[in-house]
Amino acid sequence: MKNGNIIHVKNLTKTFGDFTAVDNISFQVGKGEVFGFLGANGAGKTTAMKMLIGISKPSSGEAQVAGFDVKSQAEKVKRSIGYMSQRFSLYNDLTIRENITFFGGIYGLKKSDIKTKSQNLIDELDLHDEADKLVGSLPLGWKQKVAFSVSLLHDPQIIFLDEPTGGVDPITRRKFWEMIYREAHKGKTIFVTTHYMDEAEYCDRVSIMVAGKIEALDTPKNLKEKYKVESMNQVFLKLARNIE
Amino acid sequence: MKRFIGFIKKEFYHIFRDKRSLFILFGMPIVQVMLFGFAITNEINNVDIAILDHSKDANTKQIIDKISASKYFSIKDFLDNERDIETAFKKGEIKAVLNFEKDFSKKLMTENQATVQILTDATDPNTANTISNYTSSILSSYQELLNKDISIPYQIGVQTRMFYNPELKSVFMFVPGVMTIILMLVSAMMTSISITREKELGTMEILLVSPLKPFQVIVGKVVPYILLSVINAIVIILLSIFVFSMPVEGNLFLLGAETILFIMNALSLGILISTVSASQQTAMMVSLMGLMLPVILLSGFIFPISSMPFPLQVISNIIPARWFIIILKGIMLKGVGLVYLWKETLILVGMTLFFIALSVKKYKIRLE
Repeated sequence: MKNGNIIHVKNLTKTFGDFTAVDNISFQVGKGEVFGFLGANGAGKTTAMKMLIGISKPSSGEAQVAGFDVKSQAEKVKRSIGYMSQRFSLYNDLTIRENITFFGGIYGLKKSDIKTKSQNLIDELDLHDEADKLVGSLPLGWKQKVAFSVSLLHDPQIIFLDEPTGGVDPITRRKFWEMIYREAHKGKTIFVTTHYMDEAEYCDRVSIMVAGKIEALDTPKNLKEKYKVESMNQVFLKLARNIE
Repeated sequence: MKRFIGFIKKEFYHIFRDKRSLFILFGMPIVQVMLFGFAITNEINNVDIAILDHSKDANTKQIIDKISASKYFSIKDFLDNERDIETAFKKGEIKAVLNFEKDFSKKLMTENQATVQILTDATDPNTANTISNYTSSILSSYQELLNKDISIPYQIGVQTRMFYNPELKSVFMFVPGVMTIILMLVSAMMTSISITREKELGTMEILLVSPLKPFQVIVGKVVPYILLSVINAIVIILLSIFVFSMPVEGNLFLLGAETILFIMNALSLGILISTVSASQQTAMMVSLMGLMLPVILLSGFIFPISSMPFPLQVISNIIPARWFIIILKGIMLKGVGLVYLWKETLILVGMTLFFIALSVKKYKIRLE
């Protein structure tokens, strides 16, 4: 996948005062790949991701996302990516349709495009009855679906998902991963952080961050073989213990 | 531009779908102006008093008639002896007692001097003070009447004239203050809350990941509140003109421009507060404690700055409201123009720029 890499990260570091949150990490993500970015809470996943999506400036090192430099071309990076945070951030006091219109609008989509896209989205998610209800009244699982679809509105090449399944039940999680796969099949690159190790099995490749460093990066299958264990969970535990 | 309109539309959805913000935005100003205008007043009207008249002669009768004819007092009771005074005060039915000494007329004629005692209920010191001043002035005007034909060799005639507010209406003093408070509340508190709400909900992150530039996000959040604050200012001015017959002697355009300047000042403070507070709760507390209290206590709105202890006088200089109140009073009551108000205007402009610069700096630090 050397030619088709869409994310290049080289010696990326982020320090806050004396504390090094992200310590000299390097990796590549291929086009169309589902890339799992794993780590315990506080391992530096979110900080690293924030640098890649252009809302946090790297202390040193470089990163290119969709062919643009995150330091000097943050605006172009932002246009090429979709982002969904762990809080499925939508406006609770707006209806689904109004949320779609608003987010479509800030990405500069045409009015007619927004109309067709929101109709498609409502059809696809089968939200006809809820489209004009306030988002605040929806169950978490639905918010998650809508938030994911909203992050796709402007047809980004890469989608960054920050712990997209936090707080939802296993069935909803399963269904959500089906949505992720559908997008990956369409050729979109998925960059997903999670601390559910079972979800790591769904990824093409995973990286495991421990204390700001990437300790392992490979396919789930290779990692399990390398550490001679049955599940990603055990891989993770082994790695985390070694560090301690 | 189209993106911007969408943003503002969304902001108005937030405002109009939240009953609490609606009330703060539109209910508060009216309630506050009415409260300060009608209820909170330093004037006295129809205060209940009692009379203890030991002499019951022609002079005391004339004085009592004069007092009861004034709109300030209504005579509620006639007491028989000194012991009743305290009982009457304790019951709380009267605020003052006039005690005429025995043989009032006779002493007045023979000794040229008679005494009337004014006893007031000073649990409310301001009212007690006002009552005793009003009664003394009624008594002295009666005395002048008696002395009409007699000329006293040396006499200092005191002539008082109250400029700009001849009737000493306290509402004239409150309206500029209330307007200042409300603009501060709407502009600073509501914006700081609405920006921190986006942070709390995580939508701020989504906005920052979008191609919108951070300053566009902030401007988009602030513009609706500028509009609402202007509407509020207009409502308050209309209320004060038509309900309290407060004059606007000066230029309306200047008044408008200065008001917008103060709104900008409050908004920049609101943005500054939102950059330092992580939650809506903090933003609200900081706005209330850090802005509202100083505005009420130190701006000269209620308590005159010149009678504050020196350290507080110094602190009052950094409170934008202090300068805005001077500007408002200047334009509305004195009818002066920029020639007299340039210093205050300049101070407000300087403060606004300073707050904006500071919030930009804080904002950048957060991003890095």
